[in-house]
Amino acid sequence: MLSLNVNGAPHTIDADPDTPLLWVLRDHLNLTGTKFGCGVAACGACTVHVDGEAMRSCSLAAGDVQGSAITTIEGLAPVEAPHKVQAAWVARQVPQCGYCQSGMIMAVAALLAETPKPSDAEIDAAITNVCRCGTYVRIREAIHQAAEA
Amino acid sequence: MDSKLSRRTFLVAGGAVGGGLLVGCSRGGEVSPLAAGAKPGEVALNAWLKIGPEGTCTIAVPRQEMGQGCYTGLAQLVADEIDADWDSVRVEQAPIDGVYANRTMFLDALPFDEHDDGMVANGARWAMTQFAEILGVQLTGGSTSLRDAWGPMRHAGASARAMLVKAAARRLGVPEAELATEKGTVMHAKSGQRLSYGELASAAAQVPPPSEPRLKRPDQFKLIGQDVARVDIPAKTNGTAPYGIDARPEGIIYAAIAMSPTQGGTVLGFDDAAARAMKGVIEVVPVADDAVAVVAEHYWQARKAVDALAIDWDAGPHAALNDAEIEGWLKAGLDSDDALGYREDGDAAGKLGRAARVVEATYQVPFLAHATMEPHNCTVRFDGDGAEVWCGSQGPTVAQWEASNVLDLAMDDVIVHTPYLGGGFGGRAELTVLRQAARIAMAVPRRPVQLIWSREDDMRHDAYRPAAMARLRAGLDAQGNISGWHARHASPSVSKSFMGRVLPWVASDGPDNSNVDGSADLPYAVADILVDHVATDTPVPVGFWRSVGHSQNAFFTESFVDEVAHAAGRDPFAFRRTLLRGKPRFLTVLETAAAKAGWTEPLPEGRARGIAIQKSFGSIVAQVAEVSVDGEAVKVERVVCVIDCGTVVSPDIVKAQMEGGIVYGLSALLYGEINVERGEIVQGNFPDYEMVRLATAPRIEVHIIADGHAPGGVGEPGTPPVAPAVTNAIFAATGKRIRQLPLARSGIAIG
Repeated sequence: MLSLNVNGAPHTIDADPDTPLLWVLRDHLNLTGTKFGCGVAACGACTVHVDGEAMRSCSLAAGDVQGSAITTIEGLAPVEAPHKVQAAWVARQVPQCGYCQSGMIMAVAALLAETPKPSDAEIDAAITNVCRCGTYVRIREAIHQAAEA
Repeated sequence: MDSKLSRRTFLVAGGAVGGGLLVGCSRGGEVSPLAAGAKPGEVALNAWLKIGPEGTCTIAVPRQEMGQGCYTGLAQLVADEIDADWDSVRVEQAPIDGVYANRTMFLDALPFDEHDDGMVANGARWAMTQFAEILGVQLTGGSTSLRDAWGPMRHAGASARAMLVKAAARRLGVPEAELATEKGTVMHAKSGQRLSYGELASAAAQVPPPSEPRLKRPDQFKLIGQDVARVDIPAKTNGTAPYGIDARPEGIIYAAIAMSPTQGGTVLGFDDAAARAMKGVIEVVPVADDAVAVVAEHYWQARKAVDALAIDWDAGPHAALNDAEIEGWLKAGLDSDDALGYREDGDAAGKLGRAARVVEATYQVPFLAHATMEPHNCTVRFDGDGAEVWCGSQGPTVAQWEASNVLDLAMDDVIVHTPYLGGGFGGRAELTVLRQAARIAMAVPRRPVQLIWSREDDMRHDAYRPAAMARLRAGLDAQGNISGWHARHASPSVSKSFMGRVLPWVASDGPDNSNVDGSADLPYAVADILVDHVATDTPVPVGFWRSVGHSQNAFFTESFVDEVAHAAGRDPFAFRRTLLRGKPRFLTVLETAAAKAGWTEPLPEGRARGIAIQKSFGSIVAQVAEVSVDGEAVKVERVVCVIDCGTVVSPDIVKAQMEGGIVYGLSALLYGEINVERGEIVQGNFPDYEMVRLATAPRIEVHIIADGHAPGGVGEPGTPPVAPAVTNAIFAATGKRIRQLPLARSGIAIG
C-alpha cells in the first residue's frame, strides 16, 4: 500500500511502489489531466509538482514520493479561478491539440515560482517540453504575459 | 445496412432540393440526427443545430478537433448565419450520420485544378460528390473541414434563421419582412417587440425548412472573419479536456501489447507463464498473427507483464530490409523507363535536348513518423450483441465500420465516441490500434479494455511519410529563361498503402496524385514540362503525414527553382516573380512575403534569407526564412509567412495553424528521420526522434491576405514551404546546397 499526498489530500493506493507516479495518478486516482507522452522523461507531458518542483511523473516511482506534496494540473488552481499561467494560456490562445499543455503549464508555473521574470534564455533552459503542434511562439508570449500578471 | 443506406439516401435527396446543398432538416417524418441526444426542452432545427429553452445554440460539428480549431471555425459559420449570440453558443461532436459526409476530401483526389471549369472536370466533380454522399463517410483530413462546411453549415444556420423568423411572424402577426435578427433574438422594430430564439425554437421546428435559404453577403458577416475565443481552449488548460486515453467507462481495464519488431514478422509461439503469474493480470491475448497483448487491472501491470512475455518471433520475409535497399529502389525508380506521367505539356524532352544549358539535381528525403503527443490508444467494450468504442480517430465512420467487421456486428450496433485527438496530422486516420483493441475486447467480454501503445510502439508501428527521391532537370536558353522541365519522382504510393490496410480489394497501382502534389501543379510559367513518377513499394507502411506529397515535393521543386535561379544569375525572388506572371494571387503572396521580410535589406555577416512558395489544399503560402551561421552550425532565426486562404473565417486560428505547420516542417528538416535496419524501425522515442523545442523555435510572423475567394485549407499549407525556405537560406549563407534531409544528412549541424 502506498500513501500519497496529492492536491492536498491523502490517498492510500494499492499499487506496487515501483509503479510510475503517472500511472497511479491516471489509473488509481482518475486524475487524467496528467498525460502519458513518452515514458522516458523526454517530452514533459506528464509534468507535475513534487514539493513545488516540476518533475516528470512517468519516470518517478510512486513509492519514492510518499511524504511529498504532489500537485497535478487539477490541483494547480480551481477551474473557476485559474492560475495566472492558465489565464495567460487562454488569453494568448496557446493550445492546439492541447495534449502537452497540462505538462507545459505545470513546468511554467514551477519556473515562475522560482524565477518570477524569466529571460528568454532562462525560458529556453527551463522549459524543454515537446509540443508537437508547435505552439512555441505563443508559449513564450504567454510565459512573459503570466510573468507580468 | 439497408435501412441505414436508405436513410442516408433520404437525407441527401431531401437536402438536395434547390442548390444541391445538404441541409439535413427535419421534414417528412425524417428526424435530425441530433434529436436523439437532445436535452429536455431542446429542439433540433436541423442536423447541425439545437436550440434550448434559454436560447442556447448547440452546434454539432461533424469533424474531429485535433488542434486545428474546427470546433470553433465551423461553429462560427452556423452562428453567423443564424445571428446567434456567440456567448450562447455551445459546441458538441456530431454523431455519425451520412448527412455529415466529407465531400471535399473526395473532390481533392481528382486530377483537376480547382479553376478548371471544363466539362470533364465538372462531370468528375459531380460524380465524386455523389460517391461521397452515398458513402456518407465522416473524415477529418486534407485540410478540408472548413472548405467542406462552408456551404452546408452556413445553409444550416440560414435555414434555421428563416424558420425562427417565420415562427416569430406568426406569433406576432406581422409580415416576415418587418422582422430582423440579432444576437439570438427576433426583433420587430415597429412595435418594439422581441422574441428570443429560446422562446421560438419549438414553433420554428414546425416550420418547413426553406429550400433555398438566403445566405449573408460577406459585408453582413458578424462572426465570420472575426476572432472569437476558441471553444476548446479553457478545458485544455486545466486538465479537463477529454482525449481518447482519458476514457474511463465503468469497470475499465487496460492492455499493453508486444508487436513484431520486424516489418511483416509474425508470432511463432509464446510462453506467458511468467506474465500470467504477475499481479493484476487478467488475460493474455494473441492479436492477429503479429502481436500478443496482456490485459490487467491497471496499465502499469499490463506493461510490465508484456515485457515478461517470452515470444518466439518469425522475423518474416523482410528481416534483411534496410535503408540501403530502400534507397536502391528509389534510385532505380529515378532511372526507370516505366514511369507514370502526371503532367505532360509541350515537348520537355526536346527542349531539354536543345537547351543551351541543363541544370540537374537529385533530392532525397527519409521516412517520417507522425509522433503525435498522445500515443495511439483505443478503448472497446464488447457486449456480444453490441459494442462501444472510444477512440480519437480522424475517421469515425471508418472506425465504426472496422470495429463492426472485427466484432462481427452490424455498424449500427457499434457506438463510437471520438473525444479530442492529442494530435492527428494524418496519423489518426490509421486503424491498427482500433483493430487490436477490438480483438482484445472479444477476449474479455463486457469489460471495457483500453489498449495503450507505448511511445516505442507508436514510433515503430506508424504509417510513415514516404521516403522519396526526385531528379529535376531544367533547360536554360541563352537568355537564362527556362526551356524544358522534367521532374522525375520515385516514392511508394500513400493511397495504395493506406487502402491496403483499410480496403485491400480497392488498393491499386493506379494514379495517386499525392505522389506529385506540388510538382505536377508547378505554378511557374514553364511551357514544356513533364512530371512523372515511379511507384517504389516498400514493406514499410506509408500514410498521410501533414501535407502529404507536398511535404517532400515543395522541398524538391522550390529548392530546384532556387538552383535554377542561381544558375541563371538571377535573384531567387525576382526569378520566381517573373515565372509567376499572369498569376496574381501567387504574385501578391510572394511579393508580400518578400516585402514583410525585408528581402532587399542587408543582413549582418553570417545571416541570410531564403524564400519559397507553395500552393496546397486550396491556399497559397510563401515563406521567407532567415538563418544564422556560426561555424558549422545553422540556426533558424525567423520565418515570415504569408497566406492567401481566400475568405478567412477565424484569423487567429489561421495564424496558429501557420505557426504550428512551420514548426512541424522544421522538426522534419532539422531532425526527422526514420531508419530501417534488419527489418526493424531504428528510432523508438523522442531522444532519437528529436523535435523542435522552445530553444530551437524561430520567431514566426504570419500575414494573411483575405481576398474574398472561397476558403482554402489551413491545417497543412503552412508545412511545405518551410524546408526549402530554410535550405535556400542556408545556400545563400554558406554556398552549400542541401539536397538531402534532415540537415545532418547534408553535413549541417543545428545551432
